[in-house]
Amino acid sequence: MALFPDPFDALSSLQQALDTFRTSGWLASGPSGGGSYPPVNVFRKGDDFVVITEVPGIAKSDLEIQVKGNTIRLAGTKSVTYPEKASLHRRERLAGRFDRAVTLPVEVDADGVKAECRDGILALFLPRAQRDTPKSIQIA
Amino acid sequence: MATAQELAVRDKKELVSKEEKTIPGRYYVPYSDIYETNEALCVVMEMPGVEKKDLDVALENDVLRVDGRIDFSKYEGMEPVYTEYNVGHYTRSFTLSNKIDQERISAQLDDGVLTLTLPKAKEAQPRRISIG
Repeated sequence: MALFPDPFDALSSLQQALDTFRTSGWLASGPSGGGSYPPVNVFRKGDDFVVITEVPGIAKSDLEIQVKGNTIRLAGTKSVTYPEKASLHRRERLAGRFDRAVTLPVEVDADGVKAECRDGILALFLPRAQRDTPKSIQIA
Repeated sequence: MATAQELAVRDKKELVSKEEKTIPGRYYVPYSDIYETNEALCVVMEMPGVEKKDLDVALENDVLRVDGRIDFSKYEGMEPVYTEYNVGHYTRSFTLSNKIDQERISAQLDDGVLTLTLPKAKEAQPRRISIG
């Protein structure tokens, strides 16, 4: 235990952990590759999985999420609008449509999936299917 | 508007600062749009994950500085297995060329997008300098 528990240090270790798993081989067994919008981060939380993605400027109503088996589909449109009589100084935000499917190498309980969208972050909570959860085996 | 276009992935832009921070960790530069209307200058910044309470906007000596902190305690107990992007606080500053009415600056945060409306000051007329 550190003498002064430093919350900023925690960020630095989170960033390092995220770097370590940058395009890890975890998804490689499935047909889905990286490099499509929106970029996703996948976490394990206990037995379950959490998929987090950054979707700033996309309203809930413009997002479509489907789950079938262990495949998640994220589709939608992002629009960027300006008032009519405006002169643009800088234009860095991108607009367009997207459609991405991610196949997880684990069985997901499709009925138990929960989605949360807040402050431009979409989080999908994917409970692991009962038949896929690890069972401990007692040695007789 | 090009809404029919496929949205491409971009790597988040990491902040390269002349000054160093005393605390470790990476900062990111929010993608921004800036446009001007007759009445105001608008700055739109994408800062996913930043809540209203963790946002700091300051205008000093014509420099607009926006800091957005993310709450990474939400990641507690989560173990990454596959990642495509990193997270961090956001910071960006702009030197404004317009005179701004500081009292009437308004900010709005929707779906991780911050919209700052900086009304132009009434007295911001071009100053004539006569050669003596």
